[in-house]
Amino acid sequence: MTVYLPIAELSVNILIILGMGAAVGFLSGMFGVGGGFLITPLLIFYNIPPVVAVATGANQVVASSISGAITHFRRGTIDIKLGTVLLCGGLAGATVGIWIFSLLRRIGQLDLVISLAYVLLLGTVGSLMLWESINALRRARRNETVTLKRPGHHNWVHRLPLKMRFKKSKIYLSVIPIAALGFCIGILTSVMGVGGGFIMVPAMIYLLRIPTNVVVGTSLFQIIFVSAYTVIVQATANYTVDIVLAFVLMIAGVVGAQYGVRVGQRLRGEQLRALLALLVLAVGLRLAIELVIPPKEVYSVVSAGLGF
Amino acid sequence: MRTWIRALLLAAAFALPMAVQAEPIDFTEKLDIGISTDQIAITSDFRGADLTIFGAIDGFDPNVLAQGKYNIVVALEGPKENTTVRKKERVFGIWINTSSMTFELVPESYSLSSTRDIETIAPPGDMTNMGIGVAHIPLIPIGFIGDGSNLTEFRDAFRRLRETTGVYQRDPGGVQFISSSLFKASLRLPADVPNGSHIVRAYLFRDGIFVAAKALELQVVKTGLEQAITRAAHESPFLYGIVAVLLAVITGWLASIIFRRD
Repeated sequence: MTVYLPIAELSVNILIILGMGAAVGFLSGMFGVGGGFLITPLLIFYNIPPVVAVATGANQVVASSISGAITHFRRGTIDIKLGTVLLCGGLAGATVGIWIFSLLRRIGQLDLVISLAYVLLLGTVGSLMLWESINALRRARRNETVTLKRPGHHNWVHRLPLKMRFKKSKIYLSVIPIAALGFCIGILTSVMGVGGGFIMVPAMIYLLRIPTNVVVGTSLFQIIFVSAYTVIVQATANYTVDIVLAFVLMIAGVVGAQYGVRVGQRLRGEQLRALLALLVLAVGLRLAIELVIPPKEVYSVVSAGLGF
Repeated sequence: MRTWIRALLLAAAFALPMAVQAEPIDFTEKLDIGISTDQIAITSDFRGADLTIFGAIDGFDPNVLAQGKYNIVVALEGPKENTTVRKKERVFGIWINTSSMTFELVPESYSLSSTRDIETIAPPGDMTNMGIGVAHIPLIPIGFIGDGSNLTEFRDAFRRLRETTGVYQRDPGGVQFISSSLFKASLRLPADVPNGSHIVRAYLFRDGIFVAAKALELQVVKTGLEQAITRAAHESPFLYGIVAVLLAVITGWLASIIFRRD
C-alpha cells in the first residue's frame, strides 16, 4: 500500500511509515523522550531527502510534545516564566539555525552536516547514557542505594548578572544561561529536527540547578513553541514540510506512545536507559557507516526543486 | 555561404523560442504538427504515459520522399531551470561534495523521438548547433568554472544521470510515416514529468540538411490531492506551515483526551 509524499516527491509504503511512527512513539513513551532524534535518521534511512526529514521531524515533535505538556500543565508542573525566557533564546536560535540550514543547502553540504551532527550527538549522548546506566546496574546488583549527587549549591552560572526570580521553580537565576541554553537547543531544532529535550533536561538539572519537578514540563513548553516556529519558518523559507508524511507519523506516534508509557512503567529504569543507549548508538553507527563507505554514484543533480 | 545564412536564421529562430520559427527561404517544405489538446491533466496515480503528435510535411518533393530522405525529429522539452551537478570525493575518510557546476536553464525533462537514430540524420555539429538530442542539449555553465577542464566530466555526468532517472529519454524509430507525408510521433511522458509549460519541437531534415521546424506549447498540469498540497506548500507557504502546526496540535491534544488516564 503506497502513498505519494507530495513534498518529498516519492512514493512510500504507508505501512512502513506507520510502523516507524508507532515504534518511535512507543520508545518515546517508554523512555519519556520526544523521539525527534530517532525519527529524522529513520526517515533518512528510508531515502526521504534529509531536508524533508528534518522539517517534517520538527512537525512530528510538536504533536508528540503537546500531549505531554498538557499533562504537565494540568499538574501545574510548568514554570511559564522560566519557559518564556528559554523560549526567547530558542526562537532566536531557531532563526539562526534556519539561516544556517538554508546556507548549507545552497552550498550543497546540508546532508553531510546533518549526518555528521547526528553521528556526533547520538554518539555522545548514547555513550554517556550507556556509561551511566551500566554503573547504575552495577550498583543495583551490589544493593547500594543510589544517591543522586548534587554538587555544591553555587557555580559560575550563579554569578552572572541580570538575575530574575522564578517563583514556581523557587530559584533566583541570571537569564543569560537560560536564554543561551534555549538558543543552542533552538539551533538543534531547526538544523536537526529534534526537540532537544534529551539535552535540555540534564542541562537544566545539573547546570542550572532547576528543581526536577518542573524541568520536564518546562522543557516541553519550550519545545512545542520552538518546533512549531521551526515548522512554519521551514515551510515558508524552504518548502520542506511534508504534511502527509508528518500526519501519518503523528497518528502512529501518539498511539504508540500510549503503549510505550504502559510498558515503560513496568520496566526498571536502569535497564530501560541501557536499552535506549544501545539503540541511540546503533542509529549513530549506521549514519557513520553511510558517511564512510564509497557511494554508488559520486555525482548528483539538483535543480531548483528538492536537493539530496 | 548558404550554411552561414541557415545558421544565422536558426540562431534567430531559437532566440525567440515561442515564435513560429522562420523558415529558410530556399526550401519549399513546411512542417505542421498538432496535438489533440494543449493541456494535459495528470492525476496523482500517474505512472507515465505516451503522447502522440501528428504532423504533415507540406510542399514536399515527391522524389525525395520516395527515397525516404526526409527525416523527422520531435522533442518534448520540459520547463527550464538552473541545474547544479555536484561531485563527491573522499576527504579524511568521509565522502563530501567537493566540487559542483551549475548549468544555465536546462530542461527538467526531455523526450525525443525520431525517424531513426538522430546521429545518422544530420552531422553531430548541426545537432549541437540546434541543441537537438540528449547528447546535444546546450549545457552552459554559470559562475566560475576554473580552467574548464572538468566541464566535459560534469556535462557527461549530468546527461547520464538524467537518462538513468528516466527524465531524459530518446526513442529512435518513434516517428513513423502513416501515409506519404503524414507522420505520427510518440513521446514518452515520464512518471515524474514536471509541472508547467512544455514545448513540442519538430524538425524536418532533407537528406541530412535541416529544412523546417515547428514548435507548439503544451501545458502539463498535475491534479489531485497531492498536487493541491504541493501547490499550497509553494504558493501560500506561511499558511501551509500554520496548518501543519495546527494539525500537530490537534493530533496531540486529541490523543491526550482519548488516552487520558487521570
